Amino acid sequence: MDWLYRFPHMDDSTLTALKKSIDEGFRAFTRAYGDAIESFFDPLQYFLIQSERFMTTTPWPIIIALIAAIAWFASRNWKIVASAVITLLLIGFFDMWTDTMKTVSMIFVCTVLSIAIGIPIGILMSRSDRFQSVVNPVLDVMQTMPSFVYLIPVVMLLGIGRVPGLIAVVIYAIPPIIRLTNLGIRLVDKDVLEAADAFGSSSWQRLKNVQMPLALPTIMAGINQTIMMALAMVVIASMIGVQGLGQPVLKAIANQYFTLGMFNGLAIVGIAIIFDRVSQAYGKRLQKHLETIHG
Amino acid sequence: MVEITPETGAETSARGTGITIKNLYKIFGRNPKAYIDAVMDGMTKTELNAKHGHVLGLRDINIDMPAGCIQVVMGLSGSGKSTLIRHINRLIDPTAGEVLVDDTDVVKMNEAELRQFRRHKTAMVFQKFALLPHRTVLENTVYGLEIQGVPRAKQLEAARRWIVRVGLDGFEDNYPNQLSGGMQQRVGLARALTNDAPILLMDEAFSALDPLIRMDMQSVLLDLQKEIKKTVVFITHDLDEALRLGDRIAILRDGEIVQQGTGQDIVLKPADDYISSFVKEVNRGRVIMVDTIMTPGLRNGGTGLPSVATGTILEHAARIMTEEHVSEIHVHDGKGKPVGHIDMRSVISAMVTPITHDAKQAAE
Ligand SMILES: Nc1ncnc2c1ncn2[C@@H]1O[C@H](COP(=O)(O)OP(=O)(O)OP(=O)(O)O)[C@@H](O)[C@H]1O
Ligand SMILES: [Mg+2]
Repeated sequence: MDWLYRFPHMDDSTLTALKKSIDEGFRAFTRAYGDAIESFFDPLQYFLIQSERFMTTTPWPIIIALIAAIAWFASRNWKIVASAVITLLLIGFFDMWTDTMKTVSMIFVCTVLSIAIGIPIGILMSRSDRFQSVVNPVLDVMQTMPSFVYLIPVVMLLGIGRVPGLIAVVIYAIPPIIRLTNLGIRLVDKDVLEAADAFGSSSWQRLKNVQMPLALPTIMAGINQTIMMALAMVVIASMIGVQGLGQPVLKAIANQYFTLGMFNGLAIVGIAIIFDRVSQAYGKRLQKHLETIHG
Repeated sequence: MVEITPETGAETSARGTGITIKNLYKIFGRNPKAYIDAVMDGMTKTELNAKHGHVLGLRDINIDMPAGCIQVVMGLSGSGKSTLIRHINRLIDPTAGEVLVDDTDVVKMNEAELRQFRRHKTAMVFQKFALLPHRTVLENTVYGLEIQGVPRAKQLEAARRWIVRVGLDGFEDNYPNQLSGGMQQRVGLARALTNDAPILLMDEAFSALDPLIRMDMQSVLLDLQKEIKKTVVFITHDLDEALRLGDRIAILRDGEIVQQGTGQDIVLKPADDYISSFVKEVNRGRVIMVDTIMTPGLRNGGTGLPSVATGTILEHAARIMTEEHVSEIHVHDGKGKPVGHIDMRSVISAMVTPITHDAKQAAE
């Protein structure tokens, strides 16, 4: 009756051999293609470095003015602009300016990349039920797989540094934007689409004139979630060499510096709130035309 | 009131575009082709639904819509009117049958041909408006021209003209949901008219309008018809509207055509009880013409009595008799030659007696 109490499993040596051969295969793959893949991601590296350089070398008053201006154009709300400015001033006052700028730059690049990849995938999903049924489980895995696990192959392939960190963050943060693009397009009113068809829209015109504009508020909600998830990954990504607010937190964990951890954590929360409020306000503004005046 | 000014630059009036629908069948469901033979052999809508879970949308529709005419399609809710009109620009693919426009079968067009056909030959007004909610009235109105790639200035000029004509002057920059239902419907109308296509498909285009504006829009359509003869397919469930607008009327029930003909045909010779029940409430004085009930020949040698032309409706004849203080009137044909006479009593009795199907049969 032994088998009832101990799950009958693959014998140990086979299992070890299996794991070993997969690992070896992957390692061989890495050795063979690692450099090629790394150079493939060179443009990303360049983009990351440029954006980080801009954020860290530009005088701080200009950065604050810039962020305030973006917040204003997106939200048209003085309260949001004022709280963004105050948050940034506090962050600078507590000497976290450079780290914060590195994190913001990272989040910016990550968001741009997620939009550039996520929206086309979402559009394709909305057009093909079969593609949707393939992509959905993949997204489920990406969202539920503990993020440490997929750090391993990324690091094996690309080593430690900004680019692998960026890729790990994008993998973790991209699902909402894909899902909500798909959903937003699928929710577009059938009657309106029919009208667009009746006037002879090509499928590109239909996408550009009807589906995307009407899905935009939903897509904005996806972008908002993507930014939030990317921020949540900042600390984990710092384990593989991403600079910014995550690294002091890591140091704080290792050395039990409560205050250091707390301050940096609060800075992350602060910029999360700025991003969130600004992008939500922008999403709301996109829906202005839906405000009902007539029943 | 909405004024009609002469339209210029309509290249559509030259020949016009007729529509012929032949043996059209539509079955809704997962596998319609499987049941088409059974339906052609006479399986009923109920049977098809009960046994196979498919809905019979249309059965053996044959309509010939001459160029430049208003073809009205009437029927109760669910009778298949919207389904039928959507076959003309192939928003719905038929299960079997042909839709011939200018001798081209719309059903056989490929995607690019269909797109060109929809852009240049048809314009549609929708029962549920189907406006683009994120675009203003003006931007909605230019939509058809915009996707054709017409220069912007031309788009705007045409759109503004039609916005004024449907009485929405000053609302160009409003969003659809800032407008009432009737106003939205007029945006839909302006959008379709701006497209300036030879075929105008109107699915209950006036149903959401109040009676006054509705009459007004009917006049716009009729006046428009006088200038640029479009082929209009007009769906309604209002018989008065059908009779006012329709050169020809087809009546649908459960996806089948039960009668088609002119308004006179339908009011005077309803094919069955279903149609009689429609016709019962109609204002007969505005439909029946004097020639239908006149007595041939002249009365009293033809002197002293006023005269009306053939084709005059009874209401009008009665008004003339009342104004002239006579109880009898002559009828002359197009060339002024007297052809018959009619008295007040027969006019009134024709206006008030509904000819029910049973009564008609009994009389025959
Ligand atoms: N996509 C569809 N799938 C299944 N059945 C459908 C579909 N579209 C229409 N039908 C059925 O076809 C019939 C006719 O519908 P249609 O919309 O053409 O009616 P209608 O005459 O326009 O009615 P109304 O006056 O209410 O607009 C109805 O029985 C409807 O249930
Ligand atoms: Mg309908």
